[in-house]
Amino acid sequence: MATRLQFENNCEVGVFSKLTNAYCLVAIGGSESFYSTFEAELADVIPVVKTSIGGTRIIGRLCAGNKNGLLLPHTTTDQELQHLRNSLPDSVVVQRIEERLSALGNCIVCNDHVALTHPDLDKETEEMIADILGVEVFRQTVAGNILVGSYCAFSNRGGLVHPHTSIEDLDELSTLLQVPLVAGSVNRGSEVIGAGLTVNDWTAFCGSDTTATELSVIESVFKLREAQPSALVDEMRKSLIDTYV
Amino acid sequence: MAQEAGMFTVPKTIGSVLCCKCGILMQPNAANMCAKCLLSEVDITEGLQKHVVIIHCPECESYLQPPRTWIKTQLESKELLTFCIKRLKNLNKVHLVHAEFIWTEPHSKRIKVRLRVQKEVLNGAVLEQAYTVEYVVQDQMCESCTRVQANPDQWVAAVQLRQHVSHRRTFFYLEQLIIKHDEARNAIRIKQMDQGIDFFFVNRSHAGKFVDFVGEVAPIRKRNDKQLVSHDQKSNNYNYKYTFSVEICPICREDLICLPPKVAASQGNLGPLVICTKVTNSLALLDPFTLRHCFLNAEQYWRVPFKALLSSRQLVEYIVLDIETVSSEVIVGGSKYVVADAQIARVSDFGKNDIIFNVRTHLGHLLNPGDYALGYDLYGANSNDIELDRYKGLVVPEVILIKKSYEEKRQKKRNKPRSWKLKSLNMEIDNSTRGRDHEEKMDSEYEQFKRDLEENPELRFNISLYQNKEYQPSEMASDTDGEDFPSIRIEELLADLELSDEEMEDGSKRE
Repeated sequence: MATRLQFENNCEVGVFSKLTNAYCLVAIGGSESFYSTFEAELADVIPVVKTSIGGTRIIGRLCAGNKNGLLLPHTTTDQELQHLRNSLPDSVVVQRIEERLSALGNCIVCNDHVALTHPDLDKETEEMIADILGVEVFRQTVAGNILVGSYCAFSNRGGLVHPHTSIEDLDELSTLLQVPLVAGSVNRGSEVIGAGLTVNDWTAFCGSDTTATELSVIESVFKLREAQPSALVDEMRKSLIDTYV
Repeated sequence: MAQEAGMFTVPKTIGSVLCCKCGILMQPNAANMCAKCLLSEVDITEGLQKHVVIIHCPECESYLQPPRTWIKTQLESKELLTFCIKRLKNLNKVHLVHAEFIWTEPHSKRIKVRLRVQKEVLNGAVLEQAYTVEYVVQDQMCESCTRVQANPDQWVAAVQLRQHVSHRRTFFYLEQLIIKHDEARNAIRIKQMDQGIDFFFVNRSHAGKFVDFVGEVAPIRKRNDKQLVSHDQKSNNYNYKYTFSVEICPICREDLICLPPKVAASQGNLGPLVICTKVTNSLALLDPFTLRHCFLNAEQYWRVPFKALLSSRQLVEYIVLDIETVSSEVIVGGSKYVVADAQIARVSDFGKNDIIFNVRTHLGHLLNPGDYALGYDLYGANSNDIELDRYKGLVVPEVILIKKSYEEKRQKKRNKPRSWKLKSLNMEIDNSTRGRDHEEKMDSEYEQFKRDLEENPELRFNISLYQNKEYQPSEMASDTDGEDFPSIRIEELLADLELSDEEMEDGSKRE
């Protein structure tokens, strides 16, 4: 299910949080309500970690990651890096990278298999992404915007892109990602999807301005209605049993 | 452009998204909301005026464009629509696409205009919306209609303009100045009086302004009085009638003056016999024998007032027998003079006796032997001027010539219309008490005034002459006459603006 929430009266929740299938990062805010909403939804399954990156709260825009790893910009302090290494599961590789474009969240968007990146990213960064996140990297634009991380959001089950994306672009992107994509908006017509929405395979959090229509689009494209953390395991088990039998 | 250059471009099919409010499928726009939802969300006509009061003059069918312009238009006309739209404030914040009248009963005193406006809303989506503005028409007479409708007896301020001389020349000239500057536009009534004119105004300030104007063009002395008409003690309202008494100095152009010793001394022993050459808000005095001159302003004049020794009605015609210049040309106060010795004889004496005068004159540049000239006959005059008697041992010349005469040449042209005409003030003339003599005298004075204008370009410099439409120049006459006496060239004349409804109707028929 998708949850609507606010970070200190701001609807751009994707800016202040980072959600993956293996962990969730939340900005340190004045009020506990933002954190506790994530906690209530996710605490049983994955760790919810309060952190800052480079002393700022806009962690969602500064880091990129999936269940395999977490990339942090060069502005991250040693203390923050250590805190994240301590808090995240051992299977998650936490790496700080020297990339000129330090807002990694705006430049990189990924699920557990594929990543889209800003076309001007360094070659080394591209290799790091492939190594640490274990993904195939494509340099892409979304509806003519080079900040792919700002204008789209996707999980392993589906994705939402900028509303002005043409049908041809939509086809190309979904071929690359191998997930169904749909053009849409969040936060009552806002086109910065990445800022208004943070999503993993079984849940999504979006700004409290998001309308019912937008919410239903999000739930259907990310297949959140049937999704539960356990459903994933069930599905896996089924296939395992299949092979057993 | 890329396609023209033969470049490959990826075809772009615009997809569709769901409207974020109602979920209907639509093309994505800047707000990502369908038009209906946008309209319900934002009202672009917010803050625009929907009720406006406009002022309308029922007499002349015109509308007030603040602060004080009145625009004459018909109902449902293009001009009225422009006017109505201009009256709306804040309309520059939106883009006006269309405007039209909605028909209303004329007697409902309402004008309705439907406007369509566009405005950019919510990050770049342009919205179009129609709305209706209701104009409430309030009737209020415009200034000119009020003036026409005003009761002339209900004046508040009166200006009594007077000059105590035997002719009306000054007032003819003043009338032209007033017309040129349109200073009497606020007067509700103008009345010709003996030795002057009365002007009546509804407002004290209008009268004050008028008096100031007269003070600018003539040397005047004024005083004002007020009379209490009624008063309301409780609200401290006082109702007065104001009277401005304005006296114009009795010295006119071409008058011969014997300056009082005080004035003569203060001007460096000028004169004492001087000619007044020009009257503006100061007097220009010229000594015809030495060409010395001086200016006296109103204040200086009224400190030691004096009267004319002889005035222009007493001018006598002379014939010039011989002339001999004494000095070269001298420019005094903007006009040229040459001192000359002249041998002249009275026209009335000419051929009857041998009285010849040898006089000195300042008109050496104008006069030639055989010319006629007008002058003051001090030889035959019986002056009883006190000032003249004060000068012991003053040798009074026999004749002082004032100007060249064109009387002889004018004889031929008598009663022929002029190529120009003057406008006149709408003045009430009370003829009942005086007879035909008075009327004739006025006519001849007016004719004299017109001749003065023709002869003196300096005089007509400040006034407007208009083309006379009835005047047909006859080629024959002009060939034979030549240009003997000064007349006014056509370039100096103004075409009169005439507007009449008949002409307009004719024009529309021709179309």
